[in-house]
Amino acid sequence: MKWVGRPLPRYEDPVLLQGRGRYTADLAQGARFLRFARSPVARGRILAVNAPPEVPTITAAVLGDVKPICPRLDRPDYVAVAQPILAHERVTYVGEPIAAVIADTAAEAEDLAEQVAIEIEAETPVVTLDQALAPGAPLVHEIASRNTLIDARFETSDVSATFAAAHQIVEFTFTSGRQSAVPLEARAAVAAFDAATGRVTLSASTQMPHLLRTGIADALGIPEAELRVVAPEVGGGFGQKMALIPEYVVAVWAARRFACTVAWIEDRLENLTASFHARDQRLHLRGAFDADGGLLAIDADILCNVGAYSNFPATCGVEPLMALADMPGPYRLREYRARARGVASNTCPMAPYRGVSRPVITAAMERLMDCAAARLGLDPLEIRRRNLTAEFPHTSVTGVVQDAGSYREAMEAAARVVDFAQFRARQQTARADGRWLGLGISVFAERTGPGSPAFAARRMVITPGFERVELAMDPSGFLEARIGSSPHGQGLRTTLAQLIADEIGITPAEIRVVASDTDRTPYGWGTFASRSLVIAGGACKLAAAMMRERLQTVAGQILEAAVSDIEVSDGRAFVRGTDLGVEVRQLARAAYHQSHRFPAVAETGLAAAATYDPYGTFSNACHITIVAVDIATGQVTIERFVVVEDAGRLINPMIVEGQIHGGVAQGIANALFEQVVYDDGGNILTGSLADYLVPTMAEIPGLEIHHLETLTEASVTGAKGVGEGGTIGAPAAVLNAVSDALAPFGVGIFEMPITPQRILQLLREARCKAQ
Amino acid sequence: MSDKQDITFTVNGEKHVIRVEPRRSLADALRENCGLTGTHLGCEHGVCGACTVLVEDQPVRSCLMFAVQAEGARVRTVEGLAAGDKLHPLQQAFWDHHGLQCGFCTPGFLMLAVGILERDPGIAEPELREALSSNLCRCTGYQNILKSVLAAAAEMRK
Repeated sequence: MKWVGRPLPRYEDPVLLQGRGRYTADLAQGARFLRFARSPVARGRILAVNAPPEVPTITAAVLGDVKPICPRLDRPDYVAVAQPILAHERVTYVGEPIAAVIADTAAEAEDLAEQVAIEIEAETPVVTLDQALAPGAPLVHEIASRNTLIDARFETSDVSATFAAAHQIVEFTFTSGRQSAVPLEARAAVAAFDAATGRVTLSASTQMPHLLRTGIADALGIPEAELRVVAPEVGGGFGQKMALIPEYVVAVWAARRFACTVAWIEDRLENLTASFHARDQRLHLRGAFDADGGLLAIDADILCNVGAYSNFPATCGVEPLMALADMPGPYRLREYRARARGVASNTCPMAPYRGVSRPVITAAMERLMDCAAARLGLDPLEIRRRNLTAEFPHTSVTGVVQDAGSYREAMEAAARVVDFAQFRARQQTARADGRWLGLGISVFAERTGPGSPAFAARRMVITPGFERVELAMDPSGFLEARIGSSPHGQGLRTTLAQLIADEIGITPAEIRVVASDTDRTPYGWGTFASRSLVIAGGACKLAAAMMRERLQTVAGQILEAAVSDIEVSDGRAFVRGTDLGVEVRQLARAAYHQSHRFPAVAETGLAAAATYDPYGTFSNACHITIVAVDIATGQVTIERFVVVEDAGRLINPMIVEGQIHGGVAQGIANALFEQVVYDDGGNILTGSLADYLVPTMAEIPGLEIHHLETLTEASVTGAKGVGEGGTIGAPAAVLNAVSDALAPFGVGIFEMPITPQRILQLLREARCKAQ
Repeated sequence: MSDKQDITFTVNGEKHVIRVEPRRSLADALRENCGLTGTHLGCEHGVCGACTVLVEDQPVRSCLMFAVQAEGARVRTVEGLAAGDKLHPLQQAFWDHHGLQCGFCTPGFLMLAVGILERDPGIAEPELREALSSNLCRCTGYQNILKSVLAAAAEMRK
């Protein structure tokens, strides 16, 4: 029986459904609690930190020589800035941790933190891109002139001439509001000191436990062996839980200093103001087209407001450099010029958030295609048909190699599902009735599962990439798979078991995937960049093939048959074409307890390990949505949302669809609802979930998902990553649909989120212009 | 804040006598005094609904209710849903239909749905959608939560 391709219910679920899953905060029983005193102002000089004598306060001075967080890129256009674990001398954003107190309960710690008096000489902050880039603007970091932390450029040889000769040039500025990933579980740490060994076990809500251990050990100047990092159940991450944060360093430091268990449980206000943000971007885009709608050249000026510091390990280059490298997306392009800057401001730092820049650049590129189509009198499908890459592998203008995909096929399939021609007729009828319907298309290619070469190309000093998997079968025939990656809701324990089961010939129920514990798993990078199924899954398949060979060897000996004649299936090894066989659990027992009979596997025993570090593979999809816009209220209602996704081979279709569902919902949220808003003083006005509008079931429509399965050779399992695609594609489809609906009013949308207020404002402006 | 009060209430059919500060929320009392950490805290300001429990069979945000207000009340949490090894039809439906990913919002959604379906087993989909929009989920896009609750409703009507 084969397991890959089946919608197997998840092994993760029974525990979670009964409230028995242990998230980090659930481990805080008996801990002492940390609470941070944070900066109430966005920019200024710290004059004093005073606390009553009965409030023992941890400040930068108390931490002593704990090192700052200083993420690096090996490129001359990057300025590395160091983030102190606790601010001293200066504060650079509202919410920056300045001091910490410790108490026996969380409530008492909160009381004590309020008694810490912080005197700051406030200065006028730089909050927006324009403020930060203005000539003579105050500098967030003295070493970064023009507040520019990265300034990357790319240019092919003939861009200017191509624009000069172009039939049409489409040009606009596209803006994305600042957004937050908002995992439902905020960040949390429980650091437990063990007096017997002197070690600390840090349980933390993290996506990358191994690198977190490296980062904390480096900051504290201790060997990594003195620290164990465990990610228990993690309540969502979406990138926000990738980065090393000062709070975790302080928690481990305090556990060691006070020889106790210390907990820090972030509250939602801290999460919305002082965790990481993303997508605060402005793109100026010019596209040159020929008379047939062929895209000839792109010229892009990409500005990313990256906040006060650079995140570790991705750095503040993650958004600008992703935008620079991946702007052309699924389209053929010869001439390309881009400048991508990461601009510092007195705001919360940026970190990767599901999709990283691509929700924004895809929205901008897809708006460009629709604008060019309208200008040239082409159908939006037709202009894409003429420009989508159809031959693979394709090396993009920036040197990125796209493996086999189905860019055009996915679009044609989605257009058939929505019956594009029929919609146009319905749209005409509706317009006559004063109802404003719009259809929006979004086509994209998503780089997934990038290995170390991709990160080396970005010139990261730390290049995440490989994943290692270690398999061990115990004498009862039960298999343990220890993986370096670290899932947090993706169902990896189930999908990896399906992959391993098929490769060995056992059942997933006999496999336990062990993850997220630096004491129990090989060094690995965790879950981000739509990588875990591709890379950890690839390593599982490679290791499982070795394990099967070992079992075949043992079986050949027992059954007195040639190893090449042994098949393993459904937990049984047998001689092909006969009924002569032996159970895998009997093989396991024999391999351990009668090892003298099997000299060929004596050295490894029933263990196998493999490392996989691929170049990466491109998923692709087409999203088409139909919306209705109420021009009296500005309300956008999504009538229909269709996704045709090609994520290669589907290991567990149910889990794949779940990833697309959640991704699209976040993309719709990015397009219509969510925005972190700062006032001029750098104070966050959206510090609660009543202000930062995460959509509910009432706002997210039913999603229709269809699959294509291009079997790529770029991934040993044939599977492509699927974690981010939904979020990448959805904003473009929604913005194109709203623009299509409002086309009769001369309104086009070049910003996200596009809120009812903004729609009404744009309609008013268009009316004024028309008069 | 140190004047603690004794309160007596029933959680999942079991009597609990706990001593809490007046400011302690019901959620914190369940998690810390009763050791029932299945009730999760996602925002502590009454928006996300991760902490939803049933008080006298009504879905309640346990982060917005003081523990002392639960004096004498009958409280139900996710830990009390299954009957031994047998999952509640809602738990089973969430498992069958992939109604959860990271699982953090799940206890709140389960208790909300139990409250809704016990009151109105035949609730129509539009009203159900509206009622379930009380809580937030960040992973599933709500698709399979709705599917799971509809499936459980059909099962519970049998």
